[in-house]
Amino acid sequence: MYFYPVSETKTNTLNPNKWIDSYADYLYNYTIARVNDSDIAKDLVQETFFSGLRSAKNFEGKSTERTWLISILKRKIIDYYRKINSKKGQAEVRMSFYDNGDNEGNWIEERVPQSWDKSAEQNIENDELKSQIEICISKLPQKYAMVFRMKTIQEFETDEICKELDITSSNLWVMIHRARTQLRECMEINWFKK
Amino acid sequence: MFSFFNIKCDKAHEICNKSQYNEATFSEKLKLNWHLLTCKICRLYTKQNSTITSICKEKAEDVKMQENNLSDLDKEQLKEKMEKLLQQ
Repeated sequence: MYFYPVSETKTNTLNPNKWIDSYADYLYNYTIARVNDSDIAKDLVQETFFSGLRSAKNFEGKSTERTWLISILKRKIIDYYRKINSKKGQAEVRMSFYDNGDNEGNWIEERVPQSWDKSAEQNIENDELKSQIEICISKLPQKYAMVFRMKTIQEFETDEICKELDITSSNLWVMIHRARTQLRECMEINWFKK
Repeated sequence: MFSFFNIKCDKAHEICNKSQYNEATFSEKLKLNWHLLTCKICRLYTKQNSTITSICKEKAEDVKMQENNLSDLDKEQLKEKMEKLLQQ
């Protein structure tokens, strides 16, 4: 089954029968780098193909098939991000690290970092340490984990993340900040405690 | 003059986080370093934050080596679903 573009000058056509063999892995890799969950990634890729089929008649042939599919996938990823961003059930534990009273903007006493075990700190190539950080990241609220992973593990540029998730850079830094303060505390409790 | 340098711990953390990704500006770095001279707790925080960055960098290297592909089974299932949609 072929979908031909309307105008003759346009060269790109869609060939949905070959989509899975040609693009499934590419789209899946693209998604997993952003959502870090194989089931969610599978769902998003599937939805992308389905949406592609449904809107095939709107394809104008101006871009390649792959670019067109990626643009659909990008929408899906934003939708997914908005969904986890607005999740009500997972009430966010608003941990406050700073004083609001006279000492505004400074540390709250109970939240002050403790010094870490030196020997544990020097051994950062340790595999167990890497699994511990993974555990701590997965304990973060989903949206913080997603943004933190994209920025720190997948090493995306700030602009790119802001564009892809449709957030502002100050928004991004607030999330990175919350992620890092919680991560620091989680690592302290589980790994570096003297 | 000195009010330029005076920042609170929360601002210091914000700059500290940016500098983990080399995204703090020169004046921000000055402010941070000035704050760190006077705040022992933030010195500790900055050090630990850097440790977390190093661990994540190690992890990032691992992730780069990984290849994520859909299994053949997943692809087959997806193809079947696509067929159904195409026939509609």
